[in-house]
Amino acid sequence: MTPPASEAQQGGTGAAAASGPPTPNTTETPNTPNATNAANTTNMTKTSSTPNASTASPASGGRPGLGLRLDVRNLSLLGVLLALVIVGGFTRPEQFLSTSNLQLVLTQASVIGVVTVGMTFVITSGGIDLSVGAILALASVWATTVATQEYGFGGILFTAVAVGLACGLVNGLLIAYGGMVPFIATLAMLASARGLALQITEGKTQIVTVQSVLDLGVPDSYVLGIPPLVLVFAAVTVIGWLVLNRTTFGRRTVAVGGNAEAARLAGIDVRRQRLYLYLLSGLCCGIAAFLLIILAGSGQNTNGNLYELDAIAAAIIGGTLLTGGRGTIVGSVLGVLVFTTITNIFALNNLQSDVQQIAKGAIIVAAVLIQRRTLRGGES
Amino acid sequence: MPETSRRGLLFGTAAVSAGAFLTACTSNEPAKKEPAADSRPAADDKPGKHVTIGFAGPQADHGWLNAINEQARSRAETYSDVTLDATEGSNDTAAQIGQVETLINKKVDVLVILPADGKALTQVGLKAMRAGIPVINLDRVFADPQAYRCWVGGDNYGMGLNAGKYIGEKLKDKPNAKVVELSGPDSLELTQQRTKGFDDALKNYPNIRKVARQAADFTVESGQAKMAQLLQAQSSFDALWNHDDDQGVGALRAVQQAGREGFLMVGGAGAKSAMDAIKADNSVLKATVLYPPTMAASAIDLARALGQSKGISGMSELEIPASVTLFSAVVDKQNVDQYLPTGFN
Repeated sequence: MTPPASEAQQGGTGAAAASGPPTPNTTETPNTPNATNAANTTNMTKTSSTPNASTASPASGGRPGLGLRLDVRNLSLLGVLLALVIVGGFTRPEQFLSTSNLQLVLTQASVIGVVTVGMTFVITSGGIDLSVGAILALASVWATTVATQEYGFGGILFTAVAVGLACGLVNGLLIAYGGMVPFIATLAMLASARGLALQITEGKTQIVTVQSVLDLGVPDSYVLGIPPLVLVFAAVTVIGWLVLNRTTFGRRTVAVGGNAEAARLAGIDVRRQRLYLYLLSGLCCGIAAFLLIILAGSGQNTNGNLYELDAIAAAIIGGTLLTGGRGTIVGSVLGVLVFTTITNIFALNNLQSDVQQIAKGAIIVAAVLIQRRTLRGGES
Repeated sequence: MPETSRRGLLFGTAAVSAGAFLTACTSNEPAKKEPAADSRPAADDKPGKHVTIGFAGPQADHGWLNAINEQARSRAETYSDVTLDATEGSNDTAAQIGQVETLINKKVDVLVILPADGKALTQVGLKAMRAGIPVINLDRVFADPQAYRCWVGGDNYGMGLNAGKYIGEKLKDKPNAKVVELSGPDSLELTQQRTKGFDDALKNYPNIRKVARQAADFTVESGQAKMAQLLQAQSSFDALWNHDDDQGVGALRAVQQAGREGFLMVGGAGAKSAMDAIKADNSVLKATVLYPPTMAASAIDLARALGQSKGISGMSELEIPASVTLFSAVVDKQNVDQYLPTGFN
């Protein structure tokens, strides 16, 4: 996983370097881990090279360092996850370390996980999608109306995905061709998609009666003990990883996030790329909506509440740069798993929401701090 | 560029037909609409002086609140001498204050207000009362009793109490019985009251112990997630009280997914789906404790009586009472038919 991730990073800086001046994103924001780490890399691993050379060609200088760094980043997140598993294993060994709990954690992670994969792409390109929760809600209620349910399994699946794509298309057109700031355009989508979801449901909970959909959520449908939801989550993760790290589309995404102007000068159709990225995020929301319909057996306009924040937090914890130019699917998925495991351990230990929320905040800070520490340790 | 245009054409056609399909799929109209709940009037049924009732409620974003609006509307329609002036629901305090002020300016005869936040709307309640418009405060109480003429609402503490009593009676002969609670959001005061009532009721049964409690958000999604965790944490328990039937849909789904049975589940609020399940008696859900949305209909009755300066039939007072606390009845298989018409979607 590591070298391709570094390639994804390299694509961005390389494209940026091609334009001549170093990327304004990374040099002007010294607070971001990327910039700090780039400084570390140049100071610690490349002490022999002249400062001039290391700043002028970050791609060639940073390549081995970057690979190591991303590896350490994911490893440290794995360490956090391992620490959580140990805590869970000690406090509630019987319940936490059982197969059914593993199934439970992965199932609960799958809906938000699929959303986070889409979000990772958008953030990597330097954008943001605040409307994911709302799109999920709209897709899930649209796909569970009485009229849609008459079309059965196919109707529900198609509607969920099509609504997700349509919302993504609107987002993408507004941002790429309408020149709107992603924050504002997706904020507008957040408001109107939730409103439309409310209008469709009229505040009612829409219960799914299509048996073939409901059947996918019960243990009888598990493939070799793996719930279908988890299989979809895994498939989306693998495809997302391949697309980001192994295709031109992925390279372009990173390049646009690293320096959009440089990417444009290098011959990338930045606007079309942005359109595709929001479409992709919408598609992920549509898939997630279908998973949520299976999971909850219903559609409700309150679905996906605050998913945007959870998805962004998971991506950032995973190591994707909020300013764009670097993204890691593996890190995002690990971030999601960390969150879900925390929630699981709290619930198993019967901690109440007040304690849960305080501890969750503390653990996020701790996870990021540990990550930064190990990063420095790993490089010196 | 013929290639691009052909592709564009294909995508265009696909998009248009997908759009056509989607727009056909927004309909949510069931086969037929159930008539409103029974129409026994609380006040004198003879038509009297015409009364215009202003109604301001929060945004109906979940089943119970939606039922509140429907109850108020359909109740007002049964009276020939009542006109209902209902504003668009809003969860925003500032917006709701504006709506109530509009109703004051329209000089309605009586106001019925279900505040998004009771404390925050106290001032506008006072303003209406000072302007000579009596206010019926629905459910979420104002901070100042001067801000309303009559308060009508549910009893959250009593809801917990009745749920605890029902479960206690069912389990009283079982040694070391274990109970779990799936509550509503802890950020709401009503959740704390419900939990307090539940705990107080269980104190009467020394053989019963509450072993776990988790808070969901009144949403199906959170109900499923929290219930799945509870089931994982507790390998066996004898009863579950879930505060809200909306999140109960998710909780039941989690129970089904975990393949668990052998315990008694009691719901809350009184959704139609829950009552249907109780009637069918094919799941763990055996009862639900009401938090009746019919209170909105009662508020219209009281508002009409107030507007016509009448008391309530069945009581000897010449005026309507200052406060009405509704009883949280337990609906189980025995009496479900009686309550089914009040169940909300």
